[in-house]
Amino acid sequence: MSRKAITGNGAVALALKQVEPDVMSAYPITPQTEIAQNYAQFVANGDVKTEYIAVESEHSAMSAAIGAAAAGARTITATSSQGFALMWEMLFIAASLRLPITMPVITRALSGPINIHCDHSDSMGGRDCGWIQLYGEDAQEGYDNAIQAFRIAEHMDVRLPVMTMIDGFIISGAIGPVQTLDDDKVKEFVGEYQAVNPLLDADNPVTVGPFDGLHGWYFEHKVSQNRAMENAMRVIEEVGAEYGKLTGRPYSHFTTHHLDDAEVALVAIGSAAGNAKTVVDGLREKGRKVGLLKVRTFRPFPAAQVAEALAGVQVVGVMDRSDSFGAQGGPLFTEIRSALYDAVPRPQVLNFIYGLGGRDIFPSDIEEAVSVCEQAAAGESVTQERHYLNLRED
Amino acid sequence: MKKWQIDDIDTWGPSRHELGATIPRSGTADDYNTGGWRVERPVRDREKCNDCMICFFACPDSSVVVEDGKMAEIDLEHCKGCGLCAAVCPRDAIEMTDELEARRKEEE
Amino acid sequence: MQEVTEIRWHARGGQGAVTAAKMTAEVALSQDKYFQAFPEYGPERSGAPLVAFTRLSDEPIQVYSAVEHPDYVLVLDPTLLDVTDVTEGTPDGAVVIVNSEEPAAALAGRPEMSGRSVYTVPATRIALETIKRAIPNTPLIGALAKVSGLFPLEAVTDEVRASLSKKFGDEVVNANLEAVRRGYEEVSGE
Repeated sequence: MSRKAITGNGAVALALKQVEPDVMSAYPITPQTEIAQNYAQFVANGDVKTEYIAVESEHSAMSAAIGAAAAGARTITATSSQGFALMWEMLFIAASLRLPITMPVITRALSGPINIHCDHSDSMGGRDCGWIQLYGEDAQEGYDNAIQAFRIAEHMDVRLPVMTMIDGFIISGAIGPVQTLDDDKVKEFVGEYQAVNPLLDADNPVTVGPFDGLHGWYFEHKVSQNRAMENAMRVIEEVGAEYGKLTGRPYSHFTTHHLDDAEVALVAIGSAAGNAKTVVDGLREKGRKVGLLKVRTFRPFPAAQVAEALAGVQVVGVMDRSDSFGAQGGPLFTEIRSALYDAVPRPQVLNFIYGLGGRDIFPSDIEEAVSVCEQAAAGESVTQERHYLNLRED
Repeated sequence: MKKWQIDDIDTWGPSRHELGATIPRSGTADDYNTGGWRVERPVRDREKCNDCMICFFACPDSSVVVEDGKMAEIDLEHCKGCGLCAAVCPRDAIEMTDELEARRKEEE
Repeated sequence: MQEVTEIRWHARGGQGAVTAAKMTAEVALSQDKYFQAFPEYGPERSGAPLVAFTRLSDEPIQVYSAVEHPDYVLVLDPTLLDVTDVTEGTPDGAVVIVNSEEPAAALAGRPEMSGRSVYTVPATRIALETIKRAIPNTPLIGALAKVSGLFPLEAVTDEVRASLSKKFGDEVVNANLEAVRRGYEEVSGE
C-alpha cells in the first residue's frame, strides 16, 4: 500500500491499470478525458497488455465494449455527460446481454445550455438502464469502487454491468490523498475473469443478442435482470466487506453520520456528502440534532435498509444534484420518499436541488437546508415543492 | 456442443433461460422456415444454367445450394422470392413463377 | 470543526499556479498531512486570469467547494492587483504574498489590503536568474514556507528534488532548488 497525491481521474485510471482488463474501448470527453488519455498511455508504454480500441464516438465505445465482452473479454470503458447520453441505447443492451462491463462515469451536466461542469444529470438519467450504480464521494472512493466493480459485475449471481461515479472536476480534477494497493493485491482481489458463453469459444458456438418476438421470452428475461439486481444487493455488501479486510476501508450500500439520535437528517450522494458531513459536525458542536446518510448504492436501491436507518428521524432533507423535470422531485428524493412510505411514524421528506451545471454548494447552503428541515420539525409549515440551494431567486 | 432441450420452453419461467438470452447454438436461423413469405418462386432451367454462381453471390438469403461446385438447387425453406437471382442471371436460366400455382401443382 | 488552512492562488494561464497548488499538495503528502488542490475550472487560456486552491489539514478534508475565505493568498502576477480584488473573502489578518519588485509597504497601502499582512517577493526576477524562465511559482512556494511556517524549507526542496529529478538533469533540478531557496530568503513584509 502507498499514499499518493493524485487527481480523482488519476486514481480511477490507476485502479483500472492495476486490474489490467483485456479490452478498453473509450472515447475521451471532458471531464473523463484524463482516464482515457492515461489508459491509452499505459497501453502505449507497455505497462498493460490491454487491447485499447480507439473509437469514433461513445455509441461505438459501448458497442465495441459489448462486442468484446460477448467475445469473452474482461472489458471496460469510461465516459461523461453527452458521451453517456450517446451510449444510451447500448447501455440497455449491455445490461440485457448480462455482460459484466465496468465503467467509471465522471458526472457532468447534460446540455443545454452547454455546460461542462458537474451535476448528476448524466448518471441519474441512466438509472433505469439496468446497470448497477455506485457513487463515490472522493478520489479514494472512486479508486475503491472502480476495483470492487469488477467483482460485483462478474459475480455469477449478478452478471450485470457496473458504473462507478465520481463528481466531474470537483473530484476528478482535484488532487487529494489516495491510499492505493499494490498491483498484485488488486489482481488477486479481482481474480481471473470467467466468461459465460463467450463467442470466441469455437467448440461451443453461441448466438448472442437474438430476436425475441411477441410470443417470446423478453418479459421473462427482464424479470431475471431484476432478480440479478436483487442478488447484487447482497453481493455488493459481501465484496465491500472483503475489500474492507484487505484495505481497512469496508464498503456497504450507504454510510451514516450522527444519525442515531438525529431529529433531522440530510441524505446526499457524491462529493456534497463530504460538505454535508462537515456541516453536520459543526452543527453538532452547537447542540443541534442533525445527521447524515450518504448513499453509495443507487441501483439496486437499498430501500429497506435506508428506511431502517432513517427510522425515528422527524424530517429528512434529500439533496439532489439533478432534477427529474415534472416529477415530484429529484431522483434521489423520489427513491427516499418512496422508501419511507411504510415507515411508522413516517418522516416528512423535503427535497433540496443544488449544484446544477457545477453551481458550487457551500457549507452555508447546506446549513440553510438543515434550518428548513428544523423549521419543519418544529411544526412550521414547509412546502413540499422543491427547495433550491444557491439559486439566483426571482 | 452443449445440449439444449427446449421442447417445453413455452412454459419456462425467468430462471430457466440462458443468461442474457444467449442461445447456446449457432446458425439457428436455419431452423426457421421463412420460405412461406414467398409470392414468386424461382425455377431454374438446368439446360440453360452453366453453374457460373452469380446467383449464389447475389442471393441475400444464402438460398442457392451448392454441391461439388455446381448449383444444386434453390433452398425453398429460406428463399423469399425476391427475384435477384433471376435478375442477375446472364443466361436467363431462372424464371420467377407464381408461388400459389406452384404449390397447387405440388399438391396434385 | 476541523482546522483547515486554505490557500488561494491568483495567476495568469501559463505562470504555473496549478502546478504550484499541486506541488504544495505533494509537500503536504510528504509531511503526512491531508490536502486538496484544485483549479477553478473553466476554459484554460494562456495569459487569462485564473484561480487555484489548496487546502491543508492534519485531519481528512471533506469540504469540496471553492475556498471562500482563504488564510493565504498568493499572487503570481502583480498586474492582477489592478484587475481583480485578490483579497475578496479573506478574513482580517489573512496573509497576501505578491510576486513584485516593490516593497511590501508600497502594496500594503492599497485599500483592499487594509487589515491584511502583505509580503512581496521578486519571484519573476528570481525565476529568470535561476531557471531562466519567467515562471514564478517555485520561488512563491519558498516564500509561502517562510511566511506561513506550514512546512519547513527542506520539505519543499526535498519535494522539488524528488519530482523534478525523474524528468530533468542536475542543472534544472539545482536551478529550481535555488529558486525555492531564494524565494524563502528574499520574501519580505511586515
